[in-house]
Amino acid sequence: MASATRSRDTPLAVLVLPSLLIFVSFAVVPLFGVIALSFTKWDGIGAILPNGLGSWQQVLADPQTWASLWLTIITMTVTWAIQTPLSILLGTFLAGHQRYRGLLGVFYFLPLLLSSAAIAIAFKSLFDPNFGLGAGLHIPLLSQDWLGVQLAFPVVLSVIAWQFIPFHTLLYQGGVRQIPVQLYEASQIDGANRFQQFFHITLPQLKYTIITSSTLMLVGSLTYFDLVFVMTAGGPGNATRILPLDMYIRGFRANQMGAASVIAVFLVVLGLGIALGVQRLGGRDKTASQLEGL
Amino acid sequence: MTHLSAFSRRGFLAAGAGIAAVSVVGCSSSTATGTGSGAAPGKASMWGLSGQPNEKILTDCVTAFNTMGKGTVDVTFFQNDAYKQKIRTAVGAGEAPTLIYGWGGGILKGYADAGQVLDLTDWIKTQSAWKAKFFDSPWGAGTSNGKIFGVPTNNTQPIVMYYNKKLFDQVGASLPTTWDDVMKLVGTFNSKGIAPFSLGGGSNWTSMMWLEYLFDRIGGPDVFSNIYAGKKDSWGDASALKAYKMVQDLVDANGFIKGFMSVTADSNADLALLYTGKAAMMLHGGWAYGAIKAAQPDFVKTDLEFGGFPSVPGGTGDAKNIVGNPANYWSISAKASEAEQAVAKSWLLDGMFTDTVIDAFISSGGVPVVKAAESKIANSENKAFLSFIYNLATSAPNFQQSWDQALGATQAEALLNNISQLFSKQIGPDQFATNMNATL
Repeated sequence: MASATRSRDTPLAVLVLPSLLIFVSFAVVPLFGVIALSFTKWDGIGAILPNGLGSWQQVLADPQTWASLWLTIITMTVTWAIQTPLSILLGTFLAGHQRYRGLLGVFYFLPLLLSSAAIAIAFKSLFDPNFGLGAGLHIPLLSQDWLGVQLAFPVVLSVIAWQFIPFHTLLYQGGVRQIPVQLYEASQIDGANRFQQFFHITLPQLKYTIITSSTLMLVGSLTYFDLVFVMTAGGPGNATRILPLDMYIRGFRANQMGAASVIAVFLVVLGLGIALGVQRLGGRDKTASQLEGL
Repeated sequence: MTHLSAFSRRGFLAAGAGIAAVSVVGCSSSTATGTGSGAAPGKASMWGLSGQPNEKILTDCVTAFNTMGKGTVDVTFFQNDAYKQKIRTAVGAGEAPTLIYGWGGGILKGYADAGQVLDLTDWIKTQSAWKAKFFDSPWGAGTSNGKIFGVPTNNTQPIVMYYNKKLFDQVGASLPTTWDDVMKLVGTFNSKGIAPFSLGGGSNWTSMMWLEYLFDRIGGPDVFSNIYAGKKDSWGDASALKAYKMVQDLVDANGFIKGFMSVTADSNADLALLYTGKAAMMLHGGWAYGAIKAAQPDFVKTDLEFGGFPSVPGGTGDAKNIVGNPANYWSISAKASEAEQAVAKSWLLDGMFTDTVIDAFISSGGVPVVKAAESKIANSENKAFLSFIYNLATSAPNFQQSWDQALGATQAEALLNNISQLFSKQIGPDQFATNMNATL
């Protein structure tokens, strides 16, 4: 018996090796590199000088750090609060096999095909106060200063939602299609209407999909970078300077790699914490079946 | 910008990408090393800035040089803002191209201090006839601690005022010569539904040009010299505080076009506002002339006017002083092989400013930083603008280099960030001074 299991284990370990190597060299090693850099002073081209807790003190005392953290928390909350309900509704809608839904689905999923940079450039042009959509069509309502101080952040969040709702819709569509049809048939016999079906069957059955999608959204919103960078570069002023941008600006514009590494460590800890937290929310009882009695 | 994809939605692991980005950028530029075989003429790499007209001029210049049998120069082009960060990362990773393009000043000093660029002083001493062909003024910003690290190239680019004459005729106004005229014109144009000034405020260095001139006109060149020397509280100088307030007054008076904080200069949207008649005036670098001409040749012929920055009543600065970029600069990477460096040097000597190249710069609307330009300007179709720039550059008592180039990167970033907040009125003059004094 024992020898049989061992002969099975060995090839498994070998199979794991390549991805483990890649993970270690591209994720774990840089991670420790960032932690080490956070205790140094480095301008990116000169010598790396030890700096003790200097960079940490500098970053923690800088009001911009906390402003950026606050923006990131708002990003996370708003992203989740807007995208989750919309994605669930769209996913449930598209899971049906009624007429036109396949066609509509194709249109809904279009943003998934576009790169963030392309989306950002397109929206930046559409929102241009003088040559954009509003000015072009002479519609006063659309001629706002969309990327100005007041509106830039909400506008960026909306574009992020536009970009990512299709992806989560796809997750929920798959999730809804996996719910056994017997559940709906049985409830229909019991006289449940569509709303009752949705709240008492669809939503509970989607529990694990919701957890997956929420993890991706919350942790993903810590790393939004490309879209915001191309659309506003953190401005005007610091209106859209979320933490990943703050890290980039400190590191690659102000050439303070030590301070940027401190922010990077922040992001890693936040991301890990949130990912673990969300998993625990639903995963405490992993053996519990959602399909008892079927 | 491709290296930024490492930051896309890949979960928290991407947080470590600060480091990863360095290696990705490094990888993409590995052409710089490992060439130059034996006795055959070597090969040098070069990174330039995309955007016409200079991209074509440099491409043609390099192509012509490559046929001379003195080696091969390989040029790759990058967008302005992307280049500034990419080149720094590449220099830091020892992966810089042989010929490093730049703006001199604080950033070049950083490279020189780190031993990343070649000290050209002794070599240039042996080439005195060649050196004498250049203007004298631009060498300063290519020099650090008395040693030359950058060779001036391209055009001299003071910042000047551009006016849409048609709009001035339409409202019956004349060009401003003082700040009072400026504020009066703001009212006049606004009342006719025309934006007074175009400004690409999203790019920040565009807004910075206003402060550069106001500092000079109000308090003379010393106001910035003190900052450059790191003198305590120098951002809070009385002249400086007055300049911040004047800028915010101009913003309050709707002096800049609506939504100027989301207009960026990278796409030349700010220039378009002037030549499409949406805005009547614009403060911009000398390079804007060439770009406007490329986009709208007719506008340049009939409707474009230009002039120096207006004087400020009660100010002590000489109205002939200018700010801007004295020149651009080529440096040679200290990490390049000897063969690569040799090709780079022979390109600087024999390729960079051939007669053809000088003609090309002049016909594009620039004043190249060589003395041979003067006689050629007289026959140019851009004569009016070019002789204006030439006289401005040669008669200015002081030519202040752009602040974001003169200062080191950390201070420059803080400056641009605070300027963005000042122009969008997120902070007031006192807060600006406090924030900037903290960087001294």
